Order: sequence, then C-alpha cells, then structure tokens
Amino acid sequence: MTNSIAEVVNSDVVFITGSNTTAGHPVIGARIRQAKQRGAKIIVAEPRVIDLSGDADVFLQILPGTNVALYNAMMNVIISEGLQNSAYIEERTEKYEDLVAAVSSCTPEKAAEICGVSADDIRAAARLYAKAEKASIFYSMGVTQHTTGTEGVMSLSNLSLLCGNIGIESGGINPLRGQNNVQGACDMGGLPGDLTGYQKVANPEALAKFEKAWGVKLSDKPGVTLTEIVHKAGHGDIKFLYIMGENPMVSDPDLNHVEEALKNTEFLVVQDIFLTETAALADVVLPAASFAEKEGTFSNTERRVQRVRKAIEPIGKSKADWVILMDIMNRLGIETKYNNASEIMAEIASLTPSYGGITYDRLDQLGSLQWPCPTTDHPGTVYLHKAAIARGKGLFKAIDYKASNELPDKEYPFVLTTGRVLYHYHTRTMTGKVDGLNALSPESFIEINPKTAKTLGVVDGSKVSVSSRRGSITTVAKLTRTIKEGVLFMPFHFAEGAANMLTNPALDPISKIPEYKVCAVKVEPFDRVSDYV
Amino acid sequence: MVKVTIDGKSVEVPKGSMLIDAAKAAGVSVPTLCYLELHSDMSGANSSCRVCMVEVAGRKNLAPACSTPVMDGMDVKTDTDRVNGARRLNLELLLSDHAQDCLTCPKAGKCGLQDLCYLYDIKETRFPGIMNSFPLDESNEFYVRDNNKCVHCRRCVNACTAKQCTEAIDFANRGFTSHPAAPFDDPVNESVCVSCGNCVSVCPTAALMPKSKEKFRTWEVARTTTTCSYCGVGCQMDLLTKGGKVVGIEPVDGAANNGLLCVKGKFGYNFINHPDRLTTPLIKKDGKFVEAGWDEAYSLIVEKITKTKAEFGGDALAGLTSARVTNEENYLFQKMVRAGFGTNNVDHCARL
Repeated sequence: MTNSIAEVVNSDVVFITGSNTTAGHPVIGARIRQAKQRGAKIIVAEPRVIDLSGDADVFLQILPGTNVALYNAMMNVIISEGLQNSAYIEERTEKYEDLVAAVSSCTPEKAAEICGVSADDIRAAARLYAKAEKASIFYSMGVTQHTTGTEGVMSLSNLSLLCGNIGIESGGINPLRGQNNVQGACDMGGLPGDLTGYQKVANPEALAKFEKAWGVKLSDKPGVTLTEIVHKAGHGDIKFLYIMGENPMVSDPDLNHVEEALKNTEFLVVQDIFLTETAALADVVLPAASFAEKEGTFSNTERRVQRVRKAIEPIGKSKADWVILMDIMNRLGIETKYNNASEIMAEIASLTPSYGGITYDRLDQLGSLQWPCPTTDHPGTVYLHKAAIARGKGLFKAIDYKASNELPDKEYPFVLTTGRVLYHYHTRTMTGKVDGLNALSPESFIEINPKTAKTLGVVDGSKVSVSSRRGSITTVAKLTRTIKEGVLFMPFHFAEGAANMLTNPALDPISKIPEYKVCAVKVEPFDRVSDYV
Repeated sequence: MVKVTIDGKSVEVPKGSMLIDAAKAAGVSVPTLCYLELHSDMSGANSSCRVCMVEVAGRKNLAPACSTPVMDGMDVKTDTDRVNGARRLNLELLLSDHAQDCLTCPKAGKCGLQDLCYLYDIKETRFPGIMNSFPLDESNEFYVRDNNKCVHCRRCVNACTAKQCTEAIDFANRGFTSHPAAPFDDPVNESVCVSCGNCVSVCPTAALMPKSKEKFRTWEVARTTTTCSYCGVGCQMDLLTKGGKVVGIEPVDGAANNGLLCVKGKFGYNFINHPDRLTTPLIKKDGKFVEAGWDEAYSLIVEKITKTKAEFGGDALAGLTSARVTNEENYLFQKMVRAGFGTNNVDHCARL
C-alpha cells in the first residue's frame, strides 16, 4: 500500500475494485465502513454484489476481466470534463499526453458495452472520484489475477496520478495483500530476480554485497517463477524442489497439471505444520512450528513490520522454520549461526536499505515500523511519495483494454471467476481444522444466477458438474441474484471440488500471475432435478 | 486548552475533552464500567452505568466523568462521600438484576462488575426483587450471549455499530426488560452477524463469552502479544495460553486493527494444538511415510541437494518459500537457495 490502513477513515472517496474487502480483509472492510459513517463516498467495481456494494454510492457490477476498460473510461470522463488535477500533473508526472491519447477512444458508452454496466454510472463514478480532495483506491487479486493484471494496476496508478492522489494522506493506491506475510516474503527476496529489498540479482553491485556478506559466489542469472518451477519440475528440468509452507496442490491453477508435475519431481521436500495435499506427494516432510511457537516478524499490507512472539513450545518434535533452515545450511557447508530471530533481523537490516533501521528493540518499544526505514533514528514511512514520486516523476502508461485469455464460447459458455469467503483462509490448512468455521462454510459451491440456473435445469443446493478445458469437478449450486447471468463464482479454498482444477494457467507476461479470475466453463446438473423438487 | 482542577490538582486538556480525560491527565483514576478507552472517540455514547460519577463545584447534580465535557475553571472532586455513595447505589442497582454465580462464572477475575463490587465492598444488593430471566442465545458457532449478566453498558452494540459497522445488534425493549438483541429478538445466527467477536472482546461481564473447548480461570492464562497469521492486515492480538495450549485470543489496539479482529483471527486458533499437526520428520519409503529422526531427514536432503547440484548444476534445484512464515525465515530460505543450492530459482505464492 502506498498509504496506511488507518488513513482510510479520513478519505473523502474510497474506490474499491477487485476486492471483496469484508471477506478477504475483514478489518479493513470495517474501517472502510467507518469512513462511510464519517461521510466518505464509496465506489465499488466488482463482478459480484459484495457486502460493500450496499455501502456504495456508485456500484458498477462489471464483467470479470474488464477492469482496464472501466478505468480508462473513468479517465476519459475526467479528462473530457476537465476534472483532472492539472497542477499536480504538470509538477509531478510525465507522459500525460500518452495517457490522453490512450483513453480518448475509450468513451463511457464503449466501456459500458464491454463491462456490462451503464455509461451514466461510469460517469458518476469518475466524477465522484475526481472531485474528491482525498480519494483512495483499494484493490486486490480481482485486479491482478488476469493476463492483463499488471496493466490493471498501471491503469489504477494512472487514475490516481490523474487526480493527484499519490503522495497525499488518505489517498493513494492500496493493494490488499492476501497473506499475513506475503509482503515480507517479497521484501526478503523470495523472488527469482530480487534479493532483499528488491535489490536485483542482475545488479552486480548488489550481488557483490551479498557475496561478501554470505561468503559465497552467487548466480547473477534471475531464476524462474513459481508457475515455471512447477512446469519445469514436471518436465524433469528441475529435479530437486523444496517447498516451505505452501500448498500448490490447492492454490495453483490447473491442478491436474500441478499434481502430475510434483509426482514427476525427482526429489520433493515439503516443510509444513500439517500433512497438506502437497506434503502427501513429498519424499521428505519436515514438521514446522506454527506462528504461536516462534519468534519473528511479519510485514503487513501497509509495509508495517510487527513482531511475532512465542507463546508455547513447538508441538512434538517440530522446529521453527528458521532453525530447520539454519541446520540445513550448516550441513551444506554454509556456516550459519544465529542464536535467535533478532540476530537474523540484524543481518537483514545490514543488507537491506529499506529495513536498515528495523531492530527488535525498536519494534518492542514502538510496536511497529513501516518501511522504508533506513536508519535506527528513522520513524518509518506512513505513506509513500510524499515529497516527490519515488522515481522522480509519476509515469503515465498508455494502456489499452485487452480481453481475457479464455472467453466463453459455444462449448464453454460461462465465465467463471474465483475468490475467497470470510470463513476460510487460502487452502484451508488452518481454517479447515476449526469446527465452527467448517460449520459456517462446509463445502465448495458455485454461485449461479437463478435465470442461468433455470436454463440449465439446476436448482439451489443441487450438485452440478463444472468443466473447463483443463478439468472437471463436482460442486454444489448456490443460486443467487448477487451474480450476473452468464457469470459464475467459486471460492478456491476447497480441495474437494477445487476451483483450481478449472482455472486457466495463462500468465500475465510481466508479473507471471495466472488468470484465476476469468476462465470459460460449462455446467451440467449432476443429479436429476426431480431428486430435489 | 481548557484548565480544570481535579482533586485539587490543576491540569490543562484540549477543548472537547471529557472530565475522565482530565482526571487521567491529573493522574487520578476514576472507576468505570461502561466506558471503554478504545472507544473514547465515542465518549458519551455509552454513559449508562453511572459508576464514573464525580462532583463538580457549583453543580447541583453529580456528573458522569466519561461524558461531561470540560469547561474552563471546573473544580472536580472524584473521591467524596457523596460520590462514593452514588457509585455504590448504582452498583447495587446493577447487581439487583445480575446472576450472582461468581464462584463458577468463567469471567470471574476479569469481570468489571465483580472488580467494582470488590472495590466498594458490596456483598449484596439492598434491592432484591424481580429479576430478568432471558434465555441463553447459543446460536452462534463461537460465542454465547447470556443477557442475565448484561449490565447495559452498550459496548457490544457500539462495537458492532460504529467499529465493526455490521449493525447486527441493538437494544430491544425499554425499561427493565431492555437488552441487546438481534432484530426481532431472533437468535443472532439469523442476523447479519459475521461472528467477528468484537462484541465479545469488549463485554465487561460474562454476558458475551467465547465458546471454549478448554476450561480455564482468567488468572491461569499467560498472555503473549503477537501478530495474526491469517490475512495481510496484520492485526495485533494476545494469545491466551495455558499448559502449552492456546485457549483464547483477544484483540490488542494495534496500528492496523485499532482493537478489532475478524472471525478467523478471534476464533480460528484451534489448528495450533490440533492432533493432526506434524510432530516428527517423515521419509517416504516404498510409497509410504515412515517416521524419521531429524538427523536422518537432514542427511537425506543434503545428500540429494549435493548430488543434484554436482550432476545437473544449481538450476536443476528450486525452492518455494512462504508468504506464511516470518521475514527472518524467508530471508534464510532465499539465502539457502541462492548460497546453498546455487540458483535464483526461488519464489512463493505472492501471485496466487
């Protein structure tokens, strides 16, 4: 997030897109509603009627995969009505002409047709956003999990720059990160091309610094991404795979392919707290301690580094992940000695400018610190780009709307989109062990508009078979008017009736994110309707 | 700034402050029951228990410190016979309609009403008589509402309405039978309640209690402040532990969560001590997992790493790190892959 969570309460307009906030990030959902109670206007653009739609001043129920068309049309309205922040554009941005040229043809009428909403609503949303003094954008995987995901984010950045919302309090563009420490995993160099703090492996200076600190020669060739790793493992190009705290057997797209790949991997190590679907395929399984059994830090979605503290001893013979990794490194001949997690953070700080001022003493004293925090006397950074845009000038990117990779056709006539429910978390490794949560959300389901269901002969609560070009699953039909005709929704949490058996592994060319949010499927009743009526 | 005198001590507080803020500034503790510091931006929204009564010179009536705005020159006394008598009276009135089963009440030791009765030496009420008899609402998966222990502090309603903003509950009825309830007094699971438990966390008595699998007294548990391990919001929470088990979770007022939690953070902790947890390394032999020691597992892994690297080069190895583990662990994992495996083939599920 460019800004901090607490700032949303003082936003004048909050634009939520590609995020079912009250389900995926419930506490941020609550704070957006606090903003509403203080008088903020709310815009929601989502393929489904979500909880926050009820709070929205403008609700745009767009078709999955049409984000960029909507954002471009909003900018078209803003520019044609002269609502842009010209002084800000002049002072703090560049390539504005490129944006003007790119969005000039994307009229609200044209976008209305693509997105399946009314042109007047697009105009209303654009005016509301542009006229606000402080407007914040909140988005999540509904924007990024497309083959045009990176462009969707750039397009939101354009919109925010256009109205001067980057670098101000209670504004900004705010991606809501799905996992407790997904921000930290990225910050810590858990990426094929990046060392800690996004220092590139291809940058000789950065690499030399790490070689010196670690006392080994390092490869300057960027590695391959998760989806490519799985693919290569399946083809024998990767022979040894070590998976820590991940469950690709439920979370990755096109699960039949993943299963085949992991089975084909010559040697698979899985380190986890439970015997997950992925661990079941491993050659060696290592038992890890849960977050309650170890010391450390997580970095949240607003770049806030906070402490994790040990409350109980590790269960059985399990060990904290950092202890296991240290043991293995020592056996690999890389001398590694940390007495506690705090010493690891000291090493991180010494190699990572943005974490340079973060120490356990300071965290215990202050509660948290937001990076960039370069020195031990730096208070941390509440919102980014304050004095100036970090790269110098805010760059407008000309982006055209492109359709999703797989569109409905005669054989697979429906658009399937995926997401979360409030009561489960990711692949249910944890929430699936909690009785009350299972009672509230027991099984996989598919949301179908009653009119679509009628054409299929499907009734509420009946079993249906859902198929895409990649696989077929059985799940339960949930008839609801919160979804449009021809569009279907499934949560991805469940291993039984797994949505990701169906999803499309087509990748965004830049971020390599799979297109989870749009694929083409067909639906058939699994049972006879007469069994139910 | 406004200047007021509290028990003879002069303090200056910002305009708009309440007497309770001034008392705090003066280092004077005023007892409260319904007032909640966490919700102090709604100061006066509760103002129901009348325990924080203080004497303001020149005023006929006692004033509730939580909801009386400061005015220049106010002279306030917080510990007079009149004040203490009024507090006792109000507590006795609350106690007259409150189930008195403190011996077995799970809230004992951390109950606002119990603590105040102790403070003011109230053993019994002077006002015995008719008492409400509300049915328990056990319909929610995670908590029980027992309105027979409700003190009408409104904290739950305010948390639900103004903080969580779900608006599942409000007060039903008037007068003696007034009580917090879901619409039409239906069971709460038939309302829009999302089981966040923020009402439970702010309840000063046992009117709202988590359904716990473990029995524990409030003084038996240790508290450890940590960060929630579910989504990316980073809510701060206290893990309540007893005998190596996590038995409950309470929110902490962190920068990101401001004292709120969601259903997963508040109630989704039973995975920690779940019997299915992995407790020992496993090695697959002839297609079946066999329990192994750490040394055996480590040796096998290191042997495979070394052999694969020697035979096919570092790029034949890869690692998937985790968005679930700590920063320190992610750092070590990529260090192991880069320095130990000799490749940059490291990624995680950021995109999934």
